[in-house]
Amino acid sequence: MKTYDLSELALRNLRESSLRNSLTTIGISVGVASLVAMLSLGIGLQKLATQHLAKSGLFDTVVVTSRRDLRGFSRDDEQRSTASAAESRALDEPARQEIERLPDVLEAYPDIRFITELSYQDKPHLTMVSGIPDSARSNDAFTGIPGSFFSSENAPEVILQKSFALELLGKTPPPGQEDDFPVNELAKPLLGQELTMRYAQRVSAPLSAAGDAPKSSASTDPTQPSSHEGYSVISEEQKLKIVGISDLDPDSMRGAARARVFLPLKLAQDLRVMQPSDVRDSMRGFTKQPSYSTISVRVRNPKQVEAVEQAIKKLGFNTFSILDATRSLRQFFAVLDLFLGIFGSLALAVASIGIVNTLVMAILERRREIGIMKAIGASDSDVKKLFFAEAGAMGLLGGVVGVALGWTIGHIINLGTNIYLKRQALPPESFWSVPWWLVGAAIVFAFIVSLVSGLYPAARAARLDPVQALRYE
Amino acid sequence: MTLDANHPNKQNGTPAIRIVDLCRHYQMGETLIRAVDGVSLGVQRGEFVALLGSSGSGKSSLLNLIAGLDRPTSGAVIVEDHDLAQLSREELAKHRLRTVGMVFQSFNLVSRMTLAENVDLPLRFAEVDRGQRQALTRQALERVGLATRMTHRPSELSGGEQQRAALARALINQPKLLLADEPTGNLDSRTGTEIMNFIREFNQSLGMTIVMVTHERALAERYARRMIFLADGKLVDDRPNDDK
Repeated sequence: MKTYDLSELALRNLRESSLRNSLTTIGISVGVASLVAMLSLGIGLQKLATQHLAKSGLFDTVVVTSRRDLRGFSRDDEQRSTASAAESRALDEPARQEIERLPDVLEAYPDIRFITELSYQDKPHLTMVSGIPDSARSNDAFTGIPGSFFSSENAPEVILQKSFALELLGKTPPPGQEDDFPVNELAKPLLGQELTMRYAQRVSAPLSAAGDAPKSSASTDPTQPSSHEGYSVISEEQKLKIVGISDLDPDSMRGAARARVFLPLKLAQDLRVMQPSDVRDSMRGFTKQPSYSTISVRVRNPKQVEAVEQAIKKLGFNTFSILDATRSLRQFFAVLDLFLGIFGSLALAVASIGIVNTLVMAILERRREIGIMKAIGASDSDVKKLFFAEAGAMGLLGGVVGVALGWTIGHIINLGTNIYLKRQALPPESFWSVPWWLVGAAIVFAFIVSLVSGLYPAARAARLDPVQALRYE
Repeated sequence: MTLDANHPNKQNGTPAIRIVDLCRHYQMGETLIRAVDGVSLGVQRGEFVALLGSSGSGKSSLLNLIAGLDRPTSGAVIVEDHDLAQLSREELAKHRLRTVGMVFQSFNLVSRMTLAENVDLPLRFAEVDRGQRQALTRQALERVGLATRMTHRPSELSGGEQQRAALARALINQPKLLLADEPTGNLDSRTGTEIMNFIREFNQSLGMTIVMVTHERALAERYARRMIFLADGKLVDDRPNDDK
């Protein structure tokens, strides 16, 4: 029988017992709806988690170090690395540019951090200062903070970490006690105020006998090292305006060296603040070009982190990322989705029994009709296909209605949750996500489950003996 | 494809049906029912044969074997050069679709379908195009005088009309053989005559071979050219109808 005729006959048959078939289809819809609701919850939560993690900048970041320094972040890496310190490449500006040109790399910026003294109202405070790239504007640590992000890439501005703000205001809680000052209240007296940063500036050439710092930092050919090369360190001051207070730590990956004051990265670079790596380089005699202790590389997508890491390693540097952490996170969500899917499928399994029941009932009811069809020339496969088509049509319709139902349920629950969150003074979140692939997969799954449910009734109908069936009243 | 007198059944020669030592036995509990028990016969193309016998004589069982609705326990049923015992289930379905048209005592129309849909059904199984199907269905229903009742359901028609629709359905795929199982059994004598006249017309104008099961000897004598008598599954008499 032609597909068109088959579909027409199947739909006609379904219409004849509309109440029973509608109830069966509703059963499938409820099954699909529960599956869609469960999976969209899993996917929504995963999306929420990955969005927050992506904003933290942890999962798309590769930290690059020179092999001159640490050979790796683990003992195994160190043993595997054979390059000696002298043979390894310096992690300097040309290296940074080269890394930035790699495919899928959004930006590569040096990690500039130094301990220095900042004076507020003539009181000195010692702290770690860190340069923050402009791309950190969307970082969780800087979104929605009191004040604002830096007005430009080299503005003489600072954002303070909450603990430093507390220190400036003399409100540091005693050790072991949590502070409970709202960050907004800390911001009021501090925003717009000025800090004076005293720092050690590195100048490229040694000081002359008169002690003047050279104005230019023109570099000479680094391939011709001289044992007399060096640099000078002079004391400088920079006035900085407080523009924001952050409650969070934007840089939790390298927790040991947490900074409490953040500068625009460009400004931090322009200030040419003496870095710990400068001292180490001077001991080794690599003082021609300042090198960076680490470079942070932001990758377009966490999925490409591994490839970028490999490419950077080929350039002769060590790399580190917390890709393993994302992998276990993905694994966790895969298992969560699997379990949610299984629970969601239970309702569909019950619905599939409904299909079997409906079709077996239909065979009993239409026994004589099947006999007539066979007597006038229907083959076993014609009868089988007809019952398959009926099961498939119920599955398809149930799938479409079920997806719509699941989507609606998801939205209602999401709405309810957000009303609750709003009452708790928490920001709204989207816990539900129904991607297009889930819509398609749910409908196809419902269709396949229905066809499988139709297997037994269809085979039973096809096997029916026409002589017996025609005798049936 | 038209329903005209240039029907293939017009050719005579080899027998349309050849039955050799045919048996159909059923096991019912511990009893063996010999519904058809060693029947041998031949039917020529274009013949009009009546199978006669009392209830339980095996005439319907024999008709079902010729129709390919049932399989023999032993022996051979060769219809249009095909030994039905050797055919697969799919091939038997094709035989019922293409070679044989059937009418039953209880009409056996699908009650949920209109007349047109009922008549159209074998064409769907034969995968005939929709446009062609409509024309053939109309033609078949016109032939039996039901062109105005196409959209009616069987329950809205009289017994005679239903049997005429069943005849139109049996005719639609231009079978070589028309098998009729008590076609007038549920009809009054006037409508019965009407139906029998149609069957005779198919036999004479289209050259269809007719095998009709009946227990009414008078009906057989009036229409059939040959009468075969069965009793207890055995062929007891096979004679031409001298009145015809």
